[in-house]
Amino acid sequence: MNTEEKIIEIKGLTKKFKDVKAVDELSLNVYKGDIFGFLGPNGAGKSTTIRMLLTLIRPNAGNIKLFGKNLNKERALILRDVGAIVEKPDFYNYLSAYKNLEILGRISGKEVSSNRIMEILETVGLKERRTSKVKTYSHGMKQRLGIAQALMHDPDLIILDEPTTGLDPQGMKEIRDLIIHLRDEKNKTIFLSSHLLSEVEQIANRMIIINKGKTVVEGYVQDLLNSTELKVTFEVDDLDSAKQLINQSRWDNKVESFSNNKLIFNLSSEEIAKLNKYFVDNDISVSAVIPTRSLEEYFLKITVDKV
Amino acid sequence: MMTGLIKIELYKIFKKWRTYIGFIAIGLLVAIIQTAMVFEGQKSLDFMTRNLQDSFLFVGNLLNGFFISYLILNMLAVHIPFLITLVAGDLLAGESTAGTYRILLTRPVSRMQVLTSKFIAGNIYTFSLILWLAIVSLGIGAILFGFGELIVIKSSTVIIFDRNDVLWRFLLAYGFAALGMSVVCSLAFFFSSLVENAIGPIVATMAVIIVFVIVSAINIEIFSSIKPYLFTNYILSWRLIFSDPINTSKLLNAVLILLGHIVLLYGVTAFIFKRKDILS
Repeated sequence: MNTEEKIIEIKGLTKKFKDVKAVDELSLNVYKGDIFGFLGPNGAGKSTTIRMLLTLIRPNAGNIKLFGKNLNKERALILRDVGAIVEKPDFYNYLSAYKNLEILGRISGKEVSSNRIMEILETVGLKERRTSKVKTYSHGMKQRLGIAQALMHDPDLIILDEPTTGLDPQGMKEIRDLIIHLRDEKNKTIFLSSHLLSEVEQIANRMIIINKGKTVVEGYVQDLLNSTELKVTFEVDDLDSAKQLINQSRWDNKVESFSNNKLIFNLSSEEIAKLNKYFVDNDISVSAVIPTRSLEEYFLKITVDKV
Repeated sequence: MMTGLIKIELYKIFKKWRTYIGFIAIGLLVAIIQTAMVFEGQKSLDFMTRNLQDSFLFVGNLLNGFFISYLILNMLAVHIPFLITLVAGDLLAGESTAGTYRILLTRPVSRMQVLTSKFIAGNIYTFSLILWLAIVSLGIGAILFGFGELIVIKSSTVIIFDRNDVLWRFLLAYGFAALGMSVVCSLAFFFSSLVENAIGPIVATMAVIIVFVIVSAINIEIFSSIKPYLFTNYILSWRLIFSDPINTSKLLNAVLILLGHIVLLYGVTAFIFKRKDILS
């Protein structure tokens, strides 16, 4: 889907708040047609990066290019083609959803007709409540309105900062489907910030994980998730027999640990079935096989460490 | 683009309930004063002219709409600044509190355009408040008392203006008052750029005005050198218009000083706002 045309090009981006480096020499590229997952635990520097991409925050160092143009020099021209949700969706609560969109449409740099506003309100399921003041909206409705304001001027690049936060499972699925539709049918480029690996995994083709403002890993989602060995937990009924069996076999060097009827191995995906068969053939009952990718485990670890 | 932005800012201002507090307060204040004057006005006028009545014979309708409007305009420095800060203090801080900078400043409009449109809209609100004061003061005054000669009593002089010589002075005085209030608006706007809630700018602006007024009123040598720089000294300079002849150089000086304050406050606010990291 993606071409080699760079839509976002960040080099050495750094932002300090007093002595704390929120973003530390971050570099990344997003290509046309990407759904680019921007992952990291809370406080990793995701929102600060997004704010710098949208000129809400001035970087201390580094360079940002969008559509091949320098953001500092051609801000207005660039932002005409960018739609964004930054953190939680906030609006003029004393105005209706329609009026909020009308106001924002007037300053979007493109013609946003009333028909277009109605169309986008229908897309996000708020057409019936368009005249209600935003202060009467639930968080989920505000989130949908946030998506509407990001899309209404038909931008080429859509930056979404945690767009499914506060939505119910059905709402989350609708947003994910909408993002995929925007990429596949409308040829948009999506920069999707999230703290959920599972969310990014479902829809992104490329991703970066950042922590403490620095890049941890970057690449194609499938490559990153499949390239590493899996950590696989086998739950067995008889741990002693299972240990003895493993110690006498070629699987011995694949064991990571034993505990509470659980044996944990480092395996490739092909080896899981083979080991399971080996247990069964030797009369060891396996009640569960739980694979965990090392990337996922790492991500969970840094996420938990932050909580 | 600027016209569109100003319209948007005005729309936002006039869709907020707090905007109408100023208009309601002025309407009520003027109505109360005018009603009280219906019953007690002659007594008040007699009290003000008590020292002159031995030497002069006052004839005609001196208790009229012009006289009442002149008294009401004298209250300007005390009450109207507070009403202005309610809106001007919210212009930037309100966006911060509501988190709406994130949808406003990520559009292809420059920060200077956003700032300038807000500044102009805030001043339009200020001017409309003074216009409202003029309409209700002169309007209700005309209905209740009619118009006549205007008596202006100063510390050492008393001037009586012919009724045909008064209206233009009022128009000029309201214009000058609007300029003075524009400084208050600019000050609240400046404070609004520094904080993330609207209460701070309101309190800070009123505190500055109160301190400046007190410093101006104290006759101590050390303050005399700073008094010329306090804008509060010039807010009531519209009174110069009700002199004969008008001291135009003093009036022009006051106009320039007030304009200087507006430009300076706008400039400092722009400097801060352009560099501000939006974290709300």
